[in-house]
Amino acid sequence: MSHDITHDEIAHDHHDHDHKPKGFVKRWLMTTNHKDIGTLYLIFAFAMFIFGGAMAMVIRLELFQPGLQFVEPDFFNQMTTMHALIMVFGAVMPAFVGLANWMIPMMIGAPDMALPRMNNWSFWILPFAFAILSSTLFMDGGAPAGGWTMYPPLVLQGGHNVAYLVFAVHLMGISSIMGAINVIATIMNMRAPNVGYLNMPLFVWTWLITAFLLIAVMPVLAGAVTMLLTDRYFDTSFFNAAGGGDPVLFQHIFWFFGHPEVYIMILPAFGVISEIIPTFARKPLFGYVSMVYATAAIAFLSFIVWAHHMFSVGMPLGAELYFMYATMMIAVPTGVKVFNWVATMWKGSMTFETPMLFSLAFVILFTIGGFSGVMMALAPVDLQYHDTYFIVAHFHYVLVTGAVFAIIAGAYYWLPKWSGHMYNERLGKIHFWWSTISVNVLFFPQHFLGLAGMPRRIPDYSTQFAEFNMWSSIGGFAFGLAQVFFIYIVWKTVRGGEKATAEVWEGAKGLEWTVPSPAPYHTFEDFGPVDLDKMAHGKTH
Amino acid sequence: MKKAQIKFMMLIAGLLATSMAAAEYGLNLRKGVTEFSEAAYGMHMFTLWICIVIGVVVFGAMIVSIFAHRKSKGAQAEQFTHSTKAEVIWTIIPILILVVIAIPATRALITMENPTDDAGKRMQFDLTIKVTGYQWKWKYDYMEEGISFLSTLAKDSNLARQKGSGIDPATVENYLLDVDNPLVIPANTNIRFLLTADDVIHAWWVPDFGWKRDAIPGFINEAWTNVKTPGTYRGQCAELCGKDHGFMPIVVEVLSQEDYAAWLAEQKGTQAVEAEMVDKEWTQAELMAQGEEVYNTQCATCHQADGTGMEPAFPALAGSELVNGDPAAQIDLVLNGKPGTAMQAFGNLLSESDIAAAITYTRNSFGNTAADAVQPATVKSMKQ
Repeated sequence: MSHDITHDEIAHDHHDHDHKPKGFVKRWLMTTNHKDIGTLYLIFAFAMFIFGGAMAMVIRLELFQPGLQFVEPDFFNQMTTMHALIMVFGAVMPAFVGLANWMIPMMIGAPDMALPRMNNWSFWILPFAFAILSSTLFMDGGAPAGGWTMYPPLVLQGGHNVAYLVFAVHLMGISSIMGAINVIATIMNMRAPNVGYLNMPLFVWTWLITAFLLIAVMPVLAGAVTMLLTDRYFDTSFFNAAGGGDPVLFQHIFWFFGHPEVYIMILPAFGVISEIIPTFARKPLFGYVSMVYATAAIAFLSFIVWAHHMFSVGMPLGAELYFMYATMMIAVPTGVKVFNWVATMWKGSMTFETPMLFSLAFVILFTIGGFSGVMMALAPVDLQYHDTYFIVAHFHYVLVTGAVFAIIAGAYYWLPKWSGHMYNERLGKIHFWWSTISVNVLFFPQHFLGLAGMPRRIPDYSTQFAEFNMWSSIGGFAFGLAQVFFIYIVWKTVRGGEKATAEVWEGAKGLEWTVPSPAPYHTFEDFGPVDLDKMAHGKTH
Repeated sequence: MKKAQIKFMMLIAGLLATSMAAAEYGLNLRKGVTEFSEAAYGMHMFTLWICIVIGVVVFGAMIVSIFAHRKSKGAQAEQFTHSTKAEVIWTIIPILILVVIAIPATRALITMENPTDDAGKRMQFDLTIKVTGYQWKWKYDYMEEGISFLSTLAKDSNLARQKGSGIDPATVENYLLDVDNPLVIPANTNIRFLLTADDVIHAWWVPDFGWKRDAIPGFINEAWTNVKTPGTYRGQCAELCGKDHGFMPIVVEVLSQEDYAAWLAEQKGTQAVEAEMVDKEWTQAELMAQGEEVYNTQCATCHQADGTGMEPAFPALAGSELVNGDPAAQIDLVLNGKPGTAMQAFGNLLSESDIAAAITYTRNSFGNTAADAVQPATVKSMKQ
C-alpha cells in the first residue's frame, strides 16, 4: 500500500500534526475519517435522543393526570409512534454505530474503517431520512399514528404520511446495512496482522455479530414496508383481508425483523459493559470465550422467537408452545453474561468512576428487564401482560437502563480519549444518581400499572391509575432534565478541563489506550503488528 | 457506608413500603374469576418469586463484591479469567429452573387453547357470542338467540373525556370503564367467544377472565370462558386501533342463570318492537329526535357534534355536497361504508330506524338544508 507514496507525502504522515481537512464542508460533509464520522453519528444520535425525548415529555405531560388536558388523542398517538421510531432508529442505533466507528479501528489496530467513502454516505443518509419522517408532523393529517410497529390495516388509514414513513424507513435501512457491511469488512480485513478473532475486545465481537443481524433483517423490514406502500397506493392486497390478504402476515414479517432488532440494540451494549467492568475492577473479563459464544447464541435465538410478540393473535397451540419454549431459552445465554460480569467484579479491586457506576446500574436494571422478559415469555400469562404498561416497563428497562445507560457509560469512558480532557467526576456522579433515581421513578411504577390492567398507547385512563401515572410523569420530567445536564457536562469537557493521559484509566487495557489523548486524526497507519499484551483480553487462556 | 447514609436509605425504604401498602389496589396481577385467570395468576406469582430469589442471589453477590472488593479498602485484584466448573453450573441451573416453570405454563396453555371436559372429551359450549370490533365500539351477537347490540363508551365518560371539558374525571363513576350496553352472560356456563373486526385490529380483554384475544378483520379467533362468580367485570380494547383506542371499554355483566334467562326474554321483546318500528311512517320530529341521539353516539366521534369533521381524515358534513344532495347516495354510503377509511358499513351495525334517523338529522342540521325526511322503510329497501 505504501509503495507509491512519495517522500513528500511520507513527511506529512507524521503523527505530530493531524492535517485535518480545512473548512467545515471538507472536514464534516466530505469526511472519510472514522473518528469524524463517529463524532457525527454520536452528535446526530444525541440530537435525536433529545427530539424523541421531547415527544416522551408530551406523552408524560398528557398522562400526568386523568382527562385530556393538552393534546388530542390522535396527536398523542403520533407522539407515541414518532417517539419510538426516532429513539430506535435515530438515537440508539446511530449511537452504537458512532461508538463502532470511533472505537473498532482503534481496538483492532486498523488505520480506519475498510470502506471510508461508504462510511460517509451511510451517515449522511440519516439526516435526510429523519427530515422526511419528521416532515409528516407538519402535514395535513399529521405524522404516522399507528404505532412504530406499523400494523396494517390501521397504519394505512394514515393518509399520505404512509409514503413518507415507508421511504424514511428504506433510507434508515440502507444506512444501517452499509454501516454493517463496513463493520464486517473492517473487522475481517483490517485487524493488525497478529490480532486473531479471539484476541478481539468483546465490544468488537458484539458489533461483528450485530452487523450480521443488521444485514439479515433490515431487508426484511424494507420488504414489509414496501408491501404496505403497494397496499396503500397500488391496490395490492398483501395485508388486506377483503382482497384475500392477511393482516397477521405483516406481524410475522415485522417481528422477524423486530426481534433481532432488539438484540441489535442490546448486543453492542453488552460489549461496552464488558469493556468497562474489567477496567474498573482491575481484573480481566471473566469467561471471555463463553461471553463470545453467549453473544452468538443470543443472536441465533433472536431469529426463532419472533411470534412471542403475537401470543394474542390466535396461533395454534403447537406454535404457541414452540415460541414459548424457544423464548425461555434466551434466558440461559443472557444469564451467563450477567453471571460473568458479576464474576469479573468478584475479588477485583473496584473503583467507582462514572462509567463504572452506569455499568453497575446497567447490570442490575437490565437484569430486572430480563426478569420481566422471562415472565412474558410464558404464553398463558402473557395473555394478561400483553399490550399493557407491563411491557412498556419491560422494554424501557432493557432499552433505557440497558442500551441508553450503556451508551452513556461508553461516552464517559471514552470521552477523555476523544476530547483529550477529563470530564468533571463530581458532575458525572450527579448525573448518574439523578438519572438512576429518576429513571426508576419513571418506569418502575409502570409494572404496577400494567398488572393493574392499564393498556399501553392510551391518552387517558381510568382514575384508579392516576397515582402511579403521576409518579411516572414526575420521574420522566426529572430524567429528561438530567439528560440536558449531560449535554452541559459533555460540552464543558470538550471545551476544556484536566488533560487526559494516554491510558486515562488506571486499569484500562486495550489498544485504544496506547494512543495519545485526544486520539490523533490518524492512528495505526503502519498496518504493523501490535503488542497483544496491551489488548483488553490479551491472551485468552 | 456512613451511618447517616444507612439511615437515609432505611427512611426511603420505609416510605416506599408505606406508600405501597396505601395503594392497595392494583399493585399486582388480578386473580380474576375464571379457572384460567387463576392459573395465570398462580404462574405469575411463582415466576415472580423465582425471579426475586435469583435477583437476591445475583445482586447480593454484586453488592458484597462492591463493598468488599473495592480499591479504597485496599483490595488487591486477583487475575483469574474463567472457571469451567462455575460456568457449567450457572448454565445448567437456569435450564432446570426454566423446565420447572415451563411445565405449569404448558398445562395452562393447553386448557386455554384445547379445552376438554371432565371426561377428557372436547369441551361443549352452551353459548356462543360473536364479538366484532369497530372503530371505536364493540358489537355482540348472541349466535343461538339471534339478538345483537352495540356497546359504546358511556355518555358521562364521553363528555368528561373531551379535551377541555372542564369535568373532573374523579366525579364520573367508572370513568372510561363504563358502556351504554354491557355484554350480559350467565355464570357457571361454558361460553365460546368468536372474535373478529370490521376495520382494523382490536383486542378484547377483560383482565378478570385472564386472557385477551385479537379481533382481526378477515379472521375469526376463538376463546372461551366460564365465570364462577356473578358480578360486573370491566376491561378495555388492548390493541392500538386509532384515535379513540382508549375509549372503547368492555363491560361484562355476569348474571345467575335465572336472571340471565329473564334478561334474554326482555331483550327478545325489545328487539321485536324495534323490528316493527321500521315499517311504520315516522314524522320529521321523531326522526330528528332519534337522529340526534344516534348521531351523537355513533357519528360525532369523527364528524364532530357540530358536523365540521376533522379534515382530511374525517370530512365535514356541514355544507357537504353529498349530505345536501340525493338521499340515495348518502344512504348507500352509510350502509356500505368507504373501504380504506374509518367510515364503516353501518348497514350491519345499526337498525334501519337508527340509520334513517341519523341521515335525516344530518340533512337538517349544521346549516344543511335538504329539508327532507328519510324513512326507515327506504333504508330497508336499499339494504336488500
